[in-house]
Amino acid sequence: MAETPLLEVKNLSVSFRVYGGMLRVLDGVNLTVHAGEKVGLVGETGCGKTTTMKTILRVVPQPPAVINSGEIRFKGREVLKMRQRELTDMRGQGISMIFQDPTAALNPVFTVGQQLEAAIRYASAESRRMPRQEVRRRAVRALSEVALADPERLLDSYPAQLSGGMRQRVCIGMALSTEPELLIADEPGTALDVTIQDQVLRLLHRLVEEKHTSVILITHTLGIVRQITDRVYVMYAGSVVEVAPTRRLFAQPSHPYTQGLMAAVPRLSGGGISDGIPGRIPDYMNPPTGCRFHPRCPHAMPVCKRQKPALLAIEDAEHQAACFLYDAPERVRAYQQEGGLT
Amino acid sequence: MSEIVLRVEALKKHFVVAHKGLIRREPVTVKAVDGVSFEIGRGETVGLVGESGSGKSTIAYIAMGMYLPTSGTIYYRDRDLFREKKRPLDLKREIQIVFQDPSSSLNPRQTVRQILELPLRIHQAGANRLEEVVRLLDLVDLPAEVMHKYPRQLSGGERQIVAIARALATRPSLVVLDEPTSALDVSVQGKVINLLIRLQRELGLTYLFISHDLSVMRNFASRVAILYLGRIAEVASTRQFFENPQHPYTQMLLSSIPVISEEEEKLRPAKVVSSGEIPSPVNLPPGCSFHTRCPYVMDVCRRVDPALVEVGDNGHVARCHLHEQPLAQK
Repeated sequence: MAETPLLEVKNLSVSFRVYGGMLRVLDGVNLTVHAGEKVGLVGETGCGKTTTMKTILRVVPQPPAVINSGEIRFKGREVLKMRQRELTDMRGQGISMIFQDPTAALNPVFTVGQQLEAAIRYASAESRRMPRQEVRRRAVRALSEVALADPERLLDSYPAQLSGGMRQRVCIGMALSTEPELLIADEPGTALDVTIQDQVLRLLHRLVEEKHTSVILITHTLGIVRQITDRVYVMYAGSVVEVAPTRRLFAQPSHPYTQGLMAAVPRLSGGGISDGIPGRIPDYMNPPTGCRFHPRCPHAMPVCKRQKPALLAIEDAEHQAACFLYDAPERVRAYQQEGGLT
Repeated sequence: MSEIVLRVEALKKHFVVAHKGLIRREPVTVKAVDGVSFEIGRGETVGLVGESGSGKSTIAYIAMGMYLPTSGTIYYRDRDLFREKKRPLDLKREIQIVFQDPSSSLNPRQTVRQILELPLRIHQAGANRLEEVVRLLDLVDLPAEVMHKYPRQLSGGERQIVAIARALATRPSLVVLDEPTSALDVSVQGKVINLLIRLQRELGLTYLFISHDLSVMRNFASRVAILYLGRIAEVASTRQFFENPQHPYTQMLLSSIPVISEEEEKLRPAKVVSSGEIPSPVNLPPGCSFHTRCPYVMDVCRRVDPALVEVGDNGHVARCHLHEQPLAQK
């Protein structure tokens, strides 16, 4: 695609300064979102999904966080060099976020209306001058869009008076009320029951399709990614290990980590559960050298300990995996001969 | 079914949450469990599924003696668990529990050895505790050195395995598993489930498995009971439950699960799409409590609470008027 991507993250590395050393969490993350695209970001607890998103929005607290290197471009502009004013504009109009736990995302001592109207009012310089009735009207519209009945009354209720599913709908309405170009949804259904999660995700999907909003969906549930996204990034220990169009990722998972993750998902069709991936996510204080997955990888070769693999094309550039197994066949053989598979 | 290990009979647990009225203070109750009966045979894994507020954990806690039932009771091999005011030690030994979140169920200030020794001190006075700790760790495939570590030095999966070892310390015959893998990542969940399956085979354990994750249920339970607002909606053998679900709520739940293959998609009932909210357990709707969300709702559902009726072989029962009427005519 020739046009400038909506969001481009290049080689982003972020560490956290903690007592006794540095946690090297993000290790060269690359990520691109085009206009209108729905991108999934999958990975397990502690792999850096949320840190990546917080860094994109520049809401990661510095200190303790240190951005070591990398570029983040939103609509071609460098986020890491933005002044406060530009950041506020980007967060107000450009990028919205939905959090995992709607109970924590809403302030319990303000009404839904107060919070929603504030989000609409402070989105941009123009909206700040909007008459009060107009703000109210937009708030009502935002709530009816997320299929909440009786929005007028809802605006005057407190979050505690709503169910979990309703709260998450309010958060979605709030995030979309400013018509953002990019929506970051961080585990939007995880805190909800499965039937409610299904409703919320279907609603989210329908709204972003209607509005052509780009989405980054962060989740650890592969099934949700498959249902909603066009393209998927798989993260492990602070790096993207595989990226592919959703269909291709599920048809042909290529990175050994992705393969292990897919095999570990219990199937509704039965047949037992695989033992999963041996070992545990690395210690970020002393991450493994080379490929961070090598201590858990069934195909680890000597080279994996020494060198960090770059993203390599599997068949074409759309599907890439950061694994030496996808280097040229003769080189793979050479890596293996260095000492055989370890 | 062979020998019955646990028999739950018309179990009710109502929690008083407030009072209403000024003069005659009437209690406002939440019917967390409202007339639940089922049995677990020896060596079986019975799964209790349900969404939040369905009462599945309350049943587990009653079985453990953490709550007293409002009415009804539970029998462990024909012994009424609530006949005596205080549960005798030998009954406590037979029924043990593994909680959802090992980071809060294990004492952070104790080493694994101290954690595992506590049940031994209480239940097996005089035994060589160190030897027992080593045996327990070996049983769950953890290296013996782990005994000197604190929970925070272990990964989430390892911590849950320590919690399992602790539950096994008293050599129980029934283990209640309250969402044992929901706090874990997928890549370690399989290991814990497979360990539980192996332990069940080797030690002849019986499990009461509480979970909201139907995909795990499919691969672990032998029978599944689904709860909705404190009542059983359907009970079936795992195979029947997933391949031939009868209650509309079961169908809705199955159709809501995100799956990762086409093969699984075929198993999801397409007709029943999730809608509506789970009603508040304080104000239960009259009639069938699911009628507010049911796509097949009839007049009778709003008035009359359906009974559990047989809908298939091997004790497949469902609580739904759709199944009640044709059978009543027979």
